[in-house]
Amino acid sequence: MAAGTNAIKIAIVGGGLAGLAAAMKIAEAGHSVDLFSVVPVKRSHSVCAQGGINGAVNTKGEGDSTWEHFDDTVYGGDFLANQPPAKAMCEMAPSIIYLFDRMGVPFSRTKEGLLDFRRFGGTKHHRTAFAGASTGQQLLYALDEQVRRYEVGGKVQKYEGWEMMSLVLDDHQVCSGIIAMNLNTLELKAFKADAVIMATGGPGLIFGKSTNSMVCTGSAVSACYQQGARYANGEFIQVHPTSIPGEDKLRLMSESARGEGGRVWVPRQKGDTRNPSSIPEKERWYFLEEKYPAYGNLVPRDIATREIFQVCLDGMGIGGGNQVYLDLSHIPAETLDRKLGAILEIYEMFVGDDPRHVPMRIFPGVHYSMGGLWVDYDQRTNIPGLLAAGECDYSIHGANRLGANSLVSCVYGGFIAAPAAIEYAKNIQRNGADGSRVYDQELQRQQEVNDALIKQFGKENQYVIHEEMGKWMTDNVTVVRYNDKLKETDNKLLELMDRYRRISINDSNLWATMALPHARHLKNMLELARVITLGALNRNESRGAHYKPDFPKRDDENFLKTTIAEYSGEGPVLSYEAVDISLLNPRVRDYSHNKQETVSATVAASASASGLPPKDGAKQVPPEGEEQKPENLSAPVIWTQDKEKVNAPVRDDATRKERDKGIEDAGGKSDKL
Amino acid sequence: MSTQVQTSSQQNPPKSVVIRIRRRDKPDAPQYWQEFELPYRPNLNIISCLMEIQKNPVTREGKRVTPPVWNMNCLEQVCGICTMVINGRVRQSCSALVDQLDQPITLEPMSKFPNVRDLIVDRSQMFEHLKRVHAWIEIDGTYDLGPGPKMDQDDVMERYAYSRCMTCGCCLEACPQYDGENYIGPQAIAQVRLFNMHPSGKMTRDERLEGIMGEDGITNCGNAQNCVKVCPMSIPLTKAIYEENRETVIHGLFGWLKR
Ligand SMILES: Cc1cc2nc3c(=O)[nH]c(=O)nc-3n(C[C@H](O)[C@H](O)[C@H](O)COP(=O)(O)OP(=O)(O)OC[C@H]3O[C@@H](n4cnc5c(N)ncnc54)[C@H](O)[C@@H]3O)c2cc1C
Ligand code: SF4
Ligand code: SF4
Ligand code: FES
Repeated sequence: MAAGTNAIKIAIVGGGLAGLAAAMKIAEAGHSVDLFSVVPVKRSHSVCAQGGINGAVNTKGEGDSTWEHFDDTVYGGDFLANQPPAKAMCEMAPSIIYLFDRMGVPFSRTKEGLLDFRRFGGTKHHRTAFAGASTGQQLLYALDEQVRRYEVGGKVQKYEGWEMMSLVLDDHQVCSGIIAMNLNTLELKAFKADAVIMATGGPGLIFGKSTNSMVCTGSAVSACYQQGARYANGEFIQVHPTSIPGEDKLRLMSESARGEGGRVWVPRQKGDTRNPSSIPEKERWYFLEEKYPAYGNLVPRDIATREIFQVCLDGMGIGGGNQVYLDLSHIPAETLDRKLGAILEIYEMFVGDDPRHVPMRIFPGVHYSMGGLWVDYDQRTNIPGLLAAGECDYSIHGANRLGANSLVSCVYGGFIAAPAAIEYAKNIQRNGADGSRVYDQELQRQQEVNDALIKQFGKENQYVIHEEMGKWMTDNVTVVRYNDKLKETDNKLLELMDRYRRISINDSNLWATMALPHARHLKNMLELARVITLGALNRNESRGAHYKPDFPKRDDENFLKTTIAEYSGEGPVLSYEAVDISLLNPRVRDYSHNKQETVSATVAASASASGLPPKDGAKQVPPEGEEQKPENLSAPVIWTQDKEKVNAPVRDDATRKERDKGIEDAGGKSDKL
Repeated sequence: MSTQVQTSSQQNPPKSVVIRIRRRDKPDAPQYWQEFELPYRPNLNIISCLMEIQKNPVTREGKRVTPPVWNMNCLEQVCGICTMVINGRVRQSCSALVDQLDQPITLEPMSKFPNVRDLIVDRSQMFEHLKRVHAWIEIDGTYDLGPGPKMDQDDVMERYAYSRCMTCGCCLEACPQYDGENYIGPQAIAQVRLFNMHPSGKMTRDERLEGIMGEDGITNCGNAQNCVKVCPMSIPLTKAIYEENRETVIHGLFGWLKR
């Protein structure tokens, strides 16, 4: 297929920041792009990002540097990130911001007309460039505009309203294209490509309600996982400390609200029902400022989330409920409008109160997945010809992502994936013998899945199953995790998978139906939910966003490792891979002090709590041998905690072949459970 | 995590929500109305109502029907995809709160765009217009060329207002002049303004102006001002039209002199 470099065609799945960044680079290099997206790319989830994008430009003369950004990123991620790509991203970040500046993004300015920067969580520097309070929208539009320019130039062909259903893999497990479905006609079609880049964003909908957009199901990466792609660190799910609870979703209140001086508090007196404005200063408990004097309200997200969660659990929430105040009312309304206008409007629009005068009521909500498709330092997955970038890959953020680091990692990922895909495409030898057979086979497989679903008739309601999954995942696999609850959740997921086989598509009109695509997503979400849950169950420590009260300490000896999940036909097989810590020695993460102080004062091995000071009476790590081993799970689980098998993922071809027999349902063909 | 946020809800909340939906099965099929009723809860928006109906699509008369379909994504009025006509007014359904709407609530698809099914329309013509007006900055390349031009915060603020356009189409739905073919419409003109104001964008201003100078160009605006009133992002559309009209006149003059 790749006859000469001019004929290179790369398929990109997803038109958020990562996908568009890659598309722009590939088109600029003179190659062709097929760009697939469920929604018109300009309506991708990236528009939701409010706060900003990180890059150590040091306009405030604070001695910031890309090294400092790198150190904050790795430290904030509790040392689970491979360090070289994190460093490379931080080094590229200033030039990424400058590029967006040149593309016309209306970044806020200083008096001198230079880019202005704000502070975000997990750093002491003004490092976040922002365009009002809708930075993600502005960045996405800038890329959308450049890609449209290449579309006019004939280099980019968009397939909007086409959903990727599965990969086309040849007999050697090499990716040679995708199967996509037209969401109006339900027509399935095979698209050939020299390489495929996944850029499909996060999986928030697995938790039912989250801060994510409605297309963020994780369905596409789950399909890849079920076809043999490795999924890494699935258990690391970021729960954002400040979201606005709603009927249909949890709307985010950006961290920039705290970056601009927002203060989190609850009344000191339990169950105080007074109007917040009438509660005097000394009767307010600014618990973050009190417990973390160095970072105050700007501690990293996992810590802020747990503290808010705990305060509510202890009955200290507003009116005893699951809410705390996030207060901006002490800042002049004019300043707020200029710096936070858009997000304040969101609160006003959906709650009806004016946050310029009344403290907002907020609670944590599922927000971001640090885990994702396993990739190497060139964004390549373990499947030859398949790359990944953006929130759907696992690199960069380790156990916890810092605010404003995602947008930059998405663009970085796209910028690395693009040349890597081209390089790969230049060098492949396809012996043409496969011809159209592999495409036809995969097409047929996908058609059979659809046909079966359409024909199938049963009493179960797919939306109810989705709701139940969301509730179980939110209750048991988010802020605080217990092994018995995680086991129960996995059993529940198996039950839901069983019930899934008895759903009916409740729409007899298949034109532009929402029912069939949702049914396909649901199956894939359930598979990925197991990866998240079992990954959490198996990781007996606390690190970053993953917190187990029964194992309150970070355990570098056993778990300074990347979790790798591989699909077996019966569920995930877990193994572990060493983390590349070649640049920074792991040290204790403690945000009650300035980072510098901790640098000199700590030793790697004896890492303590992941940020939270141990509570009085908190259980200590049980002595060796007393660990809860989750062996008595009722399901036929193949994952293992066996230390021998750690670092030994299924790699050799024979094993892979055998396992693959069980994976013939590429993207979820038949339920064999 | 299901918490109730205090609202400015009425004293006597209704017991149920009645929603009339104008439906269509296929692009060439006729439209028809169906009425649904669901239990009232505080803080409902139109999307939550539609989700409820989708789960169990039974009309008020008790007839089981196909679930109505619609588009949604961000649910915070920033992607523009969920736009429809609610109680006669074009707006985003994710930010339309039941507590602020008169019942029965009517939902209709936008009328200026091809109707795919039920509440879904095809707005690709708006993206085509963006191609025509070259709505981008002609950067030399994506490699590292340092920062962009210095800018005054006031200019940035003015551009920022235009850059928030989410291509929702409310302005086109409300514009009496726009019917899809005859007039390029305020959204594209505002984008011309956005790029023509930028120091680098200015350099290729003429290409954009030509995009709005044809038969279906800027002169079709009848200055009815409906567009500004419905724009959910409060984009100063009539100001853009005024400024760009001036630019095209000057451009036309120079073009004529050059001949
Ligand atoms: C409310 C909110 C605020 C945020 N604020 C910030 C912030 O201030 N700073 C920051 O750095 N990060 C922020 N984040 C995180 C950041 O926005 C996301 O991580 C990032 O936008 C993800 O971009 P992406 O390119 O990976 O994917 P997305 O933007 O999610 O795009 C995914 C794309 O994939 C497509 N797609 C999905 N599945 C398929 C399929 N099967 N077939 C075809 N196409 C498919 C979709 O249509 C879409 O085009 C925020 C996140 C949220 C939820
Ligand atoms: S001012 Fe012009 S563009 Fe706006 S609604 Fe009136 S005719 Fe249409
Ligand atoms: S100008 Fe306003 S109404 Fe028109 S498309 Fe843009 S955001 Fe929508
Ligand atoms: S869903 Fe994005 S604007 Fe309503």
